[in-house]
Amino acid sequence: MDFRMGEKSDEFAKEVADFLDEHLTEEVVMEAHETGTVHNWGFYKAMADAGYTRAAWPKEFGGQERDPFEMAALSDQLNLRHAPTDGSSVTLMICSTLRHVGTPEQQADIIPRGLNGEILICLGYSEPDSGSDAAAAATRADRDGDEWVINGQKMFTTLAHEADYVFMLTRTNHDVPKHKGLTMFLVPMDAEGIEIQPVHTMGGERTNITFYNDVKVPDALRVGDVDAGWGVMRVALTFERGGSMMGQSVRLVRLVEEWAKENLAPNGRPWIEDPLVRERLARANMLNNAGALLGLRSADLFNRGELPGVEGSMSKLFSSEKFLAICEDLVDMLGPEGVLQHGEDDAPSAGWVEHAMRHAVVTTIYGGTSEIQRGIIAEHGLGLPRTRKSDRARNS
Amino acid sequence: MDLSLTEDQQTITELFASFFAKECDGEFVREAEPLGHHDELWAKLIEMGMVSMGVPADAGGGGLGLLDLALVAEVYGSSIAPVPFVEAVVAARLLAAVGSSGSELLASVVDGSTATIALRPAVDRSARLVPAAAVADIVIALDGDELVAVSQGASNRPTAVKNLGSGPVANVDLTLSARQVLAVGNEAQQLYATALLEWKALTASALVGLGREALRIGLQYVMERHQFGVPIGSFQSVQHRFADDATALDAAGLLARKAAWSVDEGEPDAVALVSQGFIFASEGAQRTAGDSLHFHGGYGFMLEYDIQLYYRRAKAWSIIWDDPRRELARVADALYGPVGAA
Repeated sequence: MDFRMGEKSDEFAKEVADFLDEHLTEEVVMEAHETGTVHNWGFYKAMADAGYTRAAWPKEFGGQERDPFEMAALSDQLNLRHAPTDGSSVTLMICSTLRHVGTPEQQADIIPRGLNGEILICLGYSEPDSGSDAAAAATRADRDGDEWVINGQKMFTTLAHEADYVFMLTRTNHDVPKHKGLTMFLVPMDAEGIEIQPVHTMGGERTNITFYNDVKVPDALRVGDVDAGWGVMRVALTFERGGSMMGQSVRLVRLVEEWAKENLAPNGRPWIEDPLVRERLARANMLNNAGALLGLRSADLFNRGELPGVEGSMSKLFSSEKFLAICEDLVDMLGPEGVLQHGEDDAPSAGWVEHAMRHAVVTTIYGGTSEIQRGIIAEHGLGLPRTRKSDRARNS
Repeated sequence: MDLSLTEDQQTITELFASFFAKECDGEFVREAEPLGHHDELWAKLIEMGMVSMGVPADAGGGGLGLLDLALVAEVYGSSIAPVPFVEAVVAARLLAAVGSSGSELLASVVDGSTATIALRPAVDRSARLVPAAAVADIVIALDGDELVAVSQGASNRPTAVKNLGSGPVANVDLTLSARQVLAVGNEAQQLYATALLEWKALTASALVGLGREALRIGLQYVMERHQFGVPIGSFQSVQHRFADDATALDAAGLLARKAAWSVDEGEPDAVALVSQGFIFASEGAQRTAGDSLHFHGGYGFMLEYDIQLYYRRAKAWSIIWDDPRRELARVADALYGPVGAA
């Protein structure tokens, strides 16, 4: 066993840190914070020009063929600096999905533009009546010659207002069990009949509800076979799962450690000498270390050519739940000043703890809720029986 | 980074795992209570080299590192075997580290004597609540400025105190047996601190193993036990708690292994990592054993069921050291320096 990240990874981390010094300006960070649109075209382009959008991709795509530990270093650096990568990470996830299940034309058209930081792709899975039960999607796609006509509504289409495409789950067959009647499309956001309605969230992020009224999509933008959309979703989910929030949590704890060293308690001594502050920070550090290792275990599996399944769910569950718990605990630790928001002069750690707490809530919800992850762990990791109703029972 | 075990590590953990599977089940553990020690089993393990393998090669041992021993401690913890593995191997390594003043005692340990270590400095020549002291031949303690070893014959071993974990814990009067000074002053302090660090690292791994077995017992039970016409393991409230437990134990296992590795490698954050691994493994083992017992319903409360053996030890093995919140304070000391030092 060796727990060092390794020389390659350490060197890459330094390179990325230098890149961020230059390109991740205060303006870029603050724009995302103030608008709630956690994407910046200039920064995305700079990432692409530096090759970081294709860091893990093979040479034939102009990629850098970075290993999973170098990728972990990249994601650590982006998290530590609060880089606005919500848009690019979803786009690159869909590019990876297309590489496995897209047509040659889609691969030639979409992937290079994604890797070049030219287009943004958002996700269209959730609907008003289907969130965790994504396969219950009701948005319909009906064939009309070489085209499809889409009607319905999607929830939480974050970044739809900046995106070029929405990667959309639709129902194409109503007479079969729910998982077997789904088809996936890349719907161009400039198509007629799309309406975007902003939704503002407690975390400060802007998301959207999107409406689709007789939206025409060429068959060439269908991803995967007709009625085989669930399989495509599963490929996309393997690229999504295992995402760890621990990097965000590490950033937060470092900020609070700095605050505690530099600010004085009423007794005239630095806060870092206060026993309760010390205990809370020690616990947060412990949880961050434990959570980081669950994430690195997934990287270790990738590195030996295996796919993390249950391990990815454990990492997502633990890192998001502990991130939220740490945020709530640190707000408590700050006392009344814990409620002060970014921009208030007296706000400890510039109010980032208050902000992180509001944001952390959603990390236990998106990308598969904690309950969904626990279900996967129980069923696939611990061998306990399935608790949800089967498709057949539901559809018959 | 590489989280896989070497072939040697796999071989040695499998060796002890199959030994415990064959020799030590719940009934065996129960019969060894309340003392919590089984001489014959321990003799077999000593014969297999369970203690001497942790002694450096140049001192006549097997030369295993702390990580190797932590992997064995996981297996030992799963079995909750009534033997003082952690104390004996830590004390043996301490005797080796002491050098010439400990060489005779070390030779006797390599020959099969059992040594243990007091987890807190002696007060008035008395070492209190020393794990394994009721069954050990040699007790090492920090007595004022001196690191000392007392050799207690079978006739003057102290009687075990009745305790939660049914372990051979005893108070040791350092004046009753032959007392030998191993080191003094700063050197004594440092040797003692290293030994305690190793004890915590190995106990953390043992707790991870204990937690995993408590989980396995619970999973088996909730699939067998039917209520309302279905296995209770099909209920989400049961599943989700076990999912959280399994996740915490996996994280604790990784953290405990990293902590032991960091001691072997002399990493600067080793002290903080060992404390964190210890606290986190304690919490994980206790919560898992508690959940597992709870899902047994009333049966879990019966002495006849094995899960109570795990529940009691999960708390006892960690609390024999200290209040976990005090240990968190030590984590803070390691991370930020002691208060008032700057």
